[in-house]
Amino acid sequence: MKDTSPPVTSGLRDTELDDATLDRLLKKTWETPKGLYGWLATVDHKAIGRRYIVTAFIFFLLAGLAAVAMRLQLAVPENQLVGPDLYNQLFTMHGTTMMFLFAVPIMEAFGVYLVPLMIGTRNIAFPRLNAFSYWVYLSGGIMLWVAFALNTGADAGWFSYVPLAGPEFGVGKRSDFWAQMVTFTEVAGLAVAVEIIATIFKQRAPGMSLDRIPIFVWSMLVTSFVILFAMPAVMIASTMLILDRLVGTHFFNPAEGGDALLWQHLFWFFGHPEVYIIFIPATGFVSAIIPTFVRRPMFGHLAIVLALISIGFLSFGLWVHHMFATGLPQLGESFFTASSMAIAIPSGLQIFCWIATIWGGRPIFKTPMLFVLGFIVTFVLGGLTGVMVASVPLDLQVHDTYFVVAHFHYVLVGGAVFPLLGAVHYWYPKVTGRMMGEQLGLWSFALIFIGFNATFFPMHILGLQGMPRRVYTYMPETGWAGTNLFVSLSSSLLVAGLILFAWNAVKSLKSGAAAGDNPWDAPTLEWATSSPPRSYNFSRIPVVSHREPLWAQRQFLDVVSGLRVDARELVSGTVADAAPQLREPSVDNSIWPFLSALAVGATFIGSIFTPWAVVWGGIPIAIGLIGWFWPKGNPEDEE
Amino acid sequence: MKQRLVLNLRDLPTYGFGTESPMWWGTLAFISLEATGFALAIGTYFYLAFIAQGWPISAPPPNIWPGTIVLVMLLVSVVPNHLVESWAKKEDLGKTQIGLTIMSIAGIMPLIVRIYEFPALGLSWDENAYGSILWLLLGLHTFHLLTDVGDTLVLMVLMFTRHGKSGRRFSDVSDNAFYWDFVVASWVVIYFVIYVFPRWQT
Ligand code: HEM
Repeated sequence: MKDTSPPVTSGLRDTELDDATLDRLLKKTWETPKGLYGWLATVDHKAIGRRYIVTAFIFFLLAGLAAVAMRLQLAVPENQLVGPDLYNQLFTMHGTTMMFLFAVPIMEAFGVYLVPLMIGTRNIAFPRLNAFSYWVYLSGGIMLWVAFALNTGADAGWFSYVPLAGPEFGVGKRSDFWAQMVTFTEVAGLAVAVEIIATIFKQRAPGMSLDRIPIFVWSMLVTSFVILFAMPAVMIASTMLILDRLVGTHFFNPAEGGDALLWQHLFWFFGHPEVYIIFIPATGFVSAIIPTFVRRPMFGHLAIVLALISIGFLSFGLWVHHMFATGLPQLGESFFTASSMAIAIPSGLQIFCWIATIWGGRPIFKTPMLFVLGFIVTFVLGGLTGVMVASVPLDLQVHDTYFVVAHFHYVLVGGAVFPLLGAVHYWYPKVTGRMMGEQLGLWSFALIFIGFNATFFPMHILGLQGMPRRVYTYMPETGWAGTNLFVSLSSSLLVAGLILFAWNAVKSLKSGAAAGDNPWDAPTLEWATSSPPRSYNFSRIPVVSHREPLWAQRQFLDVVSGLRVDARELVSGTVADAAPQLREPSVDNSIWPFLSALAVGATFIGSIFTPWAVVWGGIPIAIGLIGWFWPKGNPEDEE
Repeated sequence: MKQRLVLNLRDLPTYGFGTESPMWWGTLAFISLEATGFALAIGTYFYLAFIAQGWPISAPPPNIWPGTIVLVMLLVSVVPNHLVESWAKKEDLGKTQIGLTIMSIAGIMPLIVRIYEFPALGLSWDENAYGSILWLLLGLHTFHLLTDVGDTLVLMVLMFTRHGKSGRRFSDVSDNAFYWDFVVASWVVIYFVIYVFPRWQT
């Protein structure tokens, strides 16, 4: 449609405009054009956030299918369905995909979508980097799964230990694809972490001082810092691995002065915080959902924020607990046992605050709240087994058995996927403008909760009975057959619940009840704008004077004026008090992040086959980046 | 919901320097994560040294000269770097143009010496783990040097075009100067690891 309205005077401000004109002009400035080009070039954090979320769920589906294949294979002893080689690829693809392509990206994706709305700004900081990160992430995921389809699936476990993954035993290109997938996803993950930190530090609505930041936003801030200091470790490690494999370095080769345990140190320096990178945003979901559904502010807001920060710090003290079985010095082991257990304190504190809030409120049991309650129950159980494996003697006993598989699924599924599903139900109306069905929600919750516990609880028992993890089959004489069959059957309940959930999400897109701006009567800023939010999020940027702004002030939304409408502008302010400092320009759509991501992707993939790819790939990457940063004469560039 | 105008931001500037600018915080975040990467690579160096029978493994300490020349060049470059930064903050276009030209040269010179520095390490990356970690450390730093020189060159060219007259460009120049300080500081640390530590060992 051609816009026939008169051209906007350069530098026009919003102050004097009536609402309809303002919306029309802002739309012209902020909207993503329709069509393929617009789709590839958009830098709208909502479009990119949605993409990230949908893509991550598709990877969840793929990893879930791998899990189904494993459970089919293990249902009966000496099953012939899947051979040992394929089984190795299956559990590696499952674990790798769940951790690198699903869990971490989806948490960051919720941050990408929600943080700018919750803090009252119009786009994330560095929007083009955001677009770039998505394309890099997508290419990494596709690469890994295409390789798997060509029988080159990674097969050395999700932590890819050397020497198994090294040049001597990891033949073919399987581990190279794994290592480069890590590079892709970590580049994307780090970029998003940087954006989220800068957004939260600088772009909060005027008046949103530190003590008024919503807890979910805090959780994303802490997570982003953990990412910043944890992910470089796995990038360095996977780079060393690929160098060992491709150009003959000796980082992990003991014969030439290298060391295999070095891999484990570097990997777990990242790997343990990784669990918290998944878990901290999940607790943020819980802290966002509870107040809305018990109709009162969070009890112990400050205590929860401090708990989040201390969990962030402590998450780095724990990496060695994955390596108790390697025989470290005695004192070291005691230290790490202590810090493994210490993290139970802030976690426990959070739980007490949640329970106190529910206790003092009037709970409404809608689907998001059900998932939160399911989470609390499951998490207490999973936490208990966690404290158990944190003790060295017990860890040595159950190390590498199904007890461990059970434990980490309690933490990851119970502790992160439950809140995540709750969060999907909770924010779905904001993202789509429609409600998900309550009836279906209830059923899917019931099936998932029962199916999950029935699947994973018995695995503890299998572990204590000695069943090792990562075995593709077992003998009838072991006596594990009954329990395994029960586990496999139960997992079909879990799968059925997830299918219902997916169906509900798809169906409600068309037929869900219209949501309105604030269907749950929630207190935070994302509910102050339309559902789905317009391209510019807020027609005027809000001013915050309360921790629960929409509950404190029900008649009016206080807002600022004086921003340009003919160029993308938002407000940036001081870190502590969010006192306005700048009318900060925000960049326009651009195809260059996509092109740069293609160049980077081709370089990474090429490097699996020849180190020269890095040299030649440098040229298109440089062109891409110059195109990206070169000013196009847009009004927002020229002040 | 009805809106109530409570604050008019008409008179706020559209760019700022240092902590005022979101880009400065983004740069700081990138520096933090890259510094973590350096720290872990250096940690790996000492880890390997700790488990080795003798250090350096079957090689003399690397030839100190090329690395030292780079060190001197980088340290000297800090002076024009800070001059450019202050000129940019004063939004003095002419001086900023000159400063960036000097900084581009100051960035390319150590890169040329780098070409001689790699062979001067005295062994190849595939001889043993000591060689591997040396090449990794030097490679990591070279990568940072290269990207910042690239950034400086692009900025320099920009400042000579009509885009140079925008206040945001000056802010970009000052963030670039901030990043250059990091490139220099990280070399001081890595220099000590690569060249001084093995001498002090023996
Ligand atoms: C949805 C239902 C799920 C089922 C039925 C399932 C099933 C399994 C099974 C059977 C294994 C063990 C394979 C073996 O050791 O032989 C496994 C491993 C694993 N799962 Fe899951 N899983 C599910 C969800 C998840 C989720 C949501 C995550 C993470 C966010 C996850 C992360 C992992 C990891 C990291 C491994 C270890 C892989 C390895 O050994 O390298 N799983 N899963």
